[in-house]
Amino acid sequence: MIHVEHLHKSFGSVHAVDDVSFEVSRGEVVGLLGPNGAGKTTTMRVITGYLSANEGLVSVDGVPVSEDGMETRQKIGYLPENSPLYLDMEVYEFLSYIARLRNVSAKKINRRIIEMIEICGLKSVIGRQAGKLSKGYRQRVGLAAAMIHKPPILILDEPTSGLDPNQIYEIRELIKNIGQERTVILSTHIMQEVEATCSRALIINSGKLVAHGTIDELLNRSGAHINYTVSIKATRRQIEERVTLLNNVNFGEWLTDELSEHQRLTLRCSDRTNHSEEIFNWAVKNAFILTELTHETTSLESVFRELTQN
Amino acid sequence: MKNNIFIIAKKEYKAYFLSPIAYVYLITFLVIVNWLFFRSFFLVGQADMRQFFGMMPWIFLFFVPAVAMSKWSEERKLGTLELLFTLPIRDIDIIIAKFLAGVGLIATALILTFPIAITVALVGNPDWGPIIGGYLGLLLLGGAYLSIGLMISSLTENQIIAFILGVFLCFIILIIGTPMVIGGTSNFITNILQYAGFTPHFDSISRGVVDSSDIVYYFSVMGLFLYINERILKGIARR
Repeated sequence: MIHVEHLHKSFGSVHAVDDVSFEVSRGEVVGLLGPNGAGKTTTMRVITGYLSANEGLVSVDGVPVSEDGMETRQKIGYLPENSPLYLDMEVYEFLSYIARLRNVSAKKINRRIIEMIEICGLKSVIGRQAGKLSKGYRQRVGLAAAMIHKPPILILDEPTSGLDPNQIYEIRELIKNIGQERTVILSTHIMQEVEATCSRALIINSGKLVAHGTIDELLNRSGAHINYTVSIKATRRQIEERVTLLNNVNFGEWLTDELSEHQRLTLRCSDRTNHSEEIFNWAVKNAFILTELTHETTSLESVFRELTQN
Repeated sequence: MKNNIFIIAKKEYKAYFLSPIAYVYLITFLVIVNWLFFRSFFLVGQADMRQFFGMMPWIFLFFVPAVAMSKWSEERKLGTLELLFTLPIRDIDIIIAKFLAGVGLIATALILTFPIAITVALVGNPDWGPIIGGYLGLLLLGGAYLSIGLMISSLTENQIIAFILGVFLCFIILIIGTPMVIGGTSNFITNILQYAGFTPHFDSISRGVVDSSDIVYYFSVMGLFLYINERILKGIARR
């Protein structure tokens, strides 16, 4: 559906996007992930036709995107960052204006607006001035405007930034629903967002694509591991002697000092299966009294940090 | 395509009246124009509008850049430029639509000065040629000022800067063809200046002489600045 090949875009001497290639197929929800200023917005702006690429090829549904490409623009619904609206227009007026410019036929405009009111929950604000809306509602109006012509592709630039947790939840649910029948690219710097809504993620850093894949793939690829924190009532010597008996689990580090009665330590395992039971059995077999056994998975967050820290 | 121009132009024209700005503009404009005109009209005792058309380029110098100043700078500031230029509409259509909306407001202002013409007709028997020509000239001059104001407005996110620079650039082009500047000499450079400036073209139309070369001149100015406007909006305005 969306094909990006060796995309370059620079502003003066700043390379905003540097040789980025990816593919998004029909019906996917893809998260474009990266720290602020990584080139997410620029990439989206090129796909929407707002900016033209310096080099590379971007095509939407087989049609190359150009600055004057009306065909590709019609297929895309775009929510720019911070959901810009004409502040002195009423919500209804605004949606109907965008619908007309999006070539929705006059007969269908009202029906489409009613659908959008329903989907985006705009009933209580439809007659209000856009400038008087809260940030959450502005975002929803922007989303409604992006979807008013039923585009097969939606591009959402930080759809949940600046919203409170309830609003974030609502917008995410909305995106999940939309994503069932449409291709969606959304950008964010919040990891949970990707885990909650996307089937796949592209991680961008300093204009370069540093990783891509499904969430699980990303977790595996970065040498993700599970950490166990264990407290054992035994001496350090005893533990050191026996710890090598564990399969696929390696000693991490000591968390307590050498002489303390309870030794607290971390264990790492490199595969992503759960070894809690094995550790428990190992402790029992060696007559260690286990007072703590917790496990934590490497989160997408730490993958992100690993990949994007310069 | 034509349809899009119409939809945007209509929205932009209405936008003037959504905030109190248009009313403030129009009322201020009319009060000043009427005051300046009638202050001396009865003293001079001539039933024509020559004096009206003489002062209008100077009043437009402030009124028209004020009409233009927010048109692009606000879009840039709010970020709606991104919304507008990702719609399936050609850039040039959007630019023309905004221009037409501004021309619409200028025309509205001019129509509201008709009571002056009617008063002149009531008290005397004016020659209608220069009056009609004068209005036509003002509309063309207003359009030319507007194209400059819009171009400047696309350069900045700040309306006030857009206004001041707009006034300044219009002022320069207004005075370059006048005898004050070219100093009564006639050589290659002064001829160019005389052709490039607004004043000589406006003067001949407002005398009632509608020459096609003057009309071509005004349309060229509008075309030139709207073209520059388009280049700016495609380039630096989207950074």
